[in-house]
Amino acid sequence: MKILAIEASGPVAGCALTDGGKLIGEFEINNKKTHSQTLLPMMDDLKNRAGCDLESLDAIAITKGPGSFTGLRIGAATAKGVALALQLPIIPVPTVDALAFNLYGTPALVCPIMDARRQQVYTGIYEEEATPVTLRGQCAIPIADLIADLNERGRAVIFLGDGVPVYRTVLDEELTVPHSFAPSHLSLQRAATVAALAEYLVERDGEKAMVSADDFRPEYLRKSQAERQMEEAAGAGEMDALAAGRLVKDRKAKNESLPGDAR
Amino acid sequence: MEKDITILGLESSCDETAASVVVNGRTLLSNEISSQIDIHTLYGGVVPEIASRKHVERVNQVIEKALSDAGKTLDDLDGIAVTYGPGLVGALLVGVSAAKAIAWARGIPLIGVHHIEGHISANFLAYPELEPPFICLVVSGGHTHLVIVRDYGEYEILGRTEDDAAGEAFDKVARAVGLGYPGGPKIDKAAREGNPLAIPFPQGKVRGNAYDFSFSGLKSSVLNYLNTEQMAGREVNVPNLAASFQKAVVDVLVGHAMEAVDTYHYQKFAIAGGVASNSALRAAAKEACEKRGVGFYCPPPILCTDNGAMIACAGYYEFMKGTRSGWDLNAVPNLALGSR
Repeated sequence: MKILAIEASGPVAGCALTDGGKLIGEFEINNKKTHSQTLLPMMDDLKNRAGCDLESLDAIAITKGPGSFTGLRIGAATAKGVALALQLPIIPVPTVDALAFNLYGTPALVCPIMDARRQQVYTGIYEEEATPVTLRGQCAIPIADLIADLNERGRAVIFLGDGVPVYRTVLDEELTVPHSFAPSHLSLQRAATVAALAEYLVERDGEKAMVSADDFRPEYLRKSQAERQMEEAAGAGEMDALAAGRLVKDRKAKNESLPGDAR
Repeated sequence: MEKDITILGLESSCDETAASVVVNGRTLLSNEISSQIDIHTLYGGVVPEIASRKHVERVNQVIEKALSDAGKTLDDLDGIAVTYGPGLVGALLVGVSAAKAIAWARGIPLIGVHHIEGHISANFLAYPELEPPFICLVVSGGHTHLVIVRDYGEYEILGRTEDDAAGEAFDKVARAVGLGYPGGPKIDKAAREGNPLAIPFPQGKVRGNAYDFSFSGLKSSVLNYLNTEQMAGREVNVPNLAASFQKAVVDVLVGHAMEAVDTYHYQKFAIAGGVASNSALRAAAKEACEKRGVGFYCPPPILCTDNGAMIACAGYYEFMKGTRSGWDLNAVPNLALGSR
C-alpha cells in the first residue's frame, strides 16, 4: 500500500511517503511559518524528489486531532483536497495515538501530552511494547487528573509531546512513579509515524480504518468557546440573549487559538 | 475561435462555503452556495471558530456539486481561483488549503483572488456587455469601498469606511431594536412598513477625504434615540426607525457615489457586495443614475452574497494576465485591494 501522510496538528508541519511499509521520504519543519505556507511546498518537494506518481497512491493518512484548531483544518482541507482530486480514501489517525507510536518498542507506559491550555492536556496512556494497546484513549483532561491516573497505575512512564516543556516541573514534583522524557527527535508529531500507524490500522481494521474524503473532518476533542456559551445559555434559559449577540464577545476577534495556532 | 477557459472559483472568507464553474469569465455554469446562516443566527452573528469548522465539513461536497451542476470534471479546468483575503483567517484557510491541494494534485494552475475584486466582478457575470472603466460601490458586512475600476484587476480606491462597514451598522442596529441577525434583510423588510422621514438621523460626516464613510456616529444616534424613548416610556416604532436609519445609510452611500460619478465623469456606476441586495439602496442608486443618464449596474442578490462565481470571474481575468499563485499561498485576513 502506498500512503502519503500529512501532519499539521501541532507545531510541526510534515509529510511522508511510504510504500508497503517502507519509508520513501519524510519532510518535516518546526519553525514560525504557518503550515499553510510550508505544508504544500514540502509535499511538492517530496513528490518530486521521490519521483512519485501521485496516481499510484492508495490512500492519504492524516492526524485527525486533537491539536491546534487551525493546524488541524489546514491539514484536513489539504488531505480532503488531495483525496478528492485523486479519488482516494483518507486514513484518519488519532494524534495522541500517533505520538505514542513514536516510541513503539518501549516496555514503559507511553504518555503523550499536548498543551491544551487552561491547565489541560490532550493526552492518553498506551502500551507500545508488542502491539500498540490503548489503556486510556485520547482525551482533554486537567494535568492533575492525568498525574493521579498514572500514580494509580504504579508503572514507569515515558512522556513526550509539546506539553512536556510546559508541565515537566509539575510532573517531576507530583509523580510517584519512575518517569522519563523522550529525546527531542522523538518528542513531536512525525509524518512517518502517522504513515506507519495508518498502515498498521489498515492491516488491523481493513476498510473500517478509512473514510471518504467527503466525510473526513477533524476531531477537536473540544467544543468551541461559542458552543460552550450556547450550552450555558440554553441551561440558563438565555437563548434570546445569545441570539441578541449579548453573550458571544469574540465575534469579530481572532479565532480561538491554541499553542501552535496560525501555523 | 480561441479555446474556452474554464475556471473553478472557491470562496470561504466568512460564513458561506461556495464554489462555481465559470467559462471565459462571463458564462456561469454553476453556483453552489452552502450557507451557515442558521447556526450563526443562534449567536446573533458570525462566530469565526464555528464558521471554520463548518467550512471543513462542507468544502468537498460544495466543490463536487459545483462541478457536477456544470457538467464538468477536474480534467476540464484551466485554473482554480480561490479567495485568499480579506476575511476571517480560519475560514479563508479552509478554502485556500483545499484549492491548493486540488490544484497541486491535478497540476492545475492556482490563482489567489481578492474578495472585493470578486464582489466587483459579480457585475461582469450579471452584465455580459459591461466593460471597465466604471465606478463601483462595494458594500457588505465587512467592507465599504468606493472604487474606480480602471481595467480588469486595476483599481483606485476613492473612499472607504473609517469605522464600521455599512452591513455591520445594519447588524448592530437590527440587534439593538430586537430584529436579530442578519440585520440587512431584516431592516430592509421592516423599513417597507415605515416612514423614512419619521426620525431625522444625521448622515455620517467625516473629516478629510470627501469620499470616506463613517457609520459609527449614525449607529450611536440610533442607540441614543432608543435610549431616550425608553427613558420617556414611549414605545419605539420599529418600522419607522428601520426606514429612517436605512435612509440615512443609503443617502450617504449614494451621495458619495454620485459625487464621484459627477467629478470623474464616468458613464457607468455599479454596486456590489451583500448590502447591494438592499432594496432601498438599489432604488436610490438607480434613480440617481437615471437622473444623470449614467448606466446603472447591480447584480442579482444571488451574486451579491458571497459566492464562488464572482471569484471564478475575477480569477479568469487574473489568469489571462498570467497571474499564478504558488503552493505557499497563505490566507491574508487584511489583504489590501489591488495588492498582490
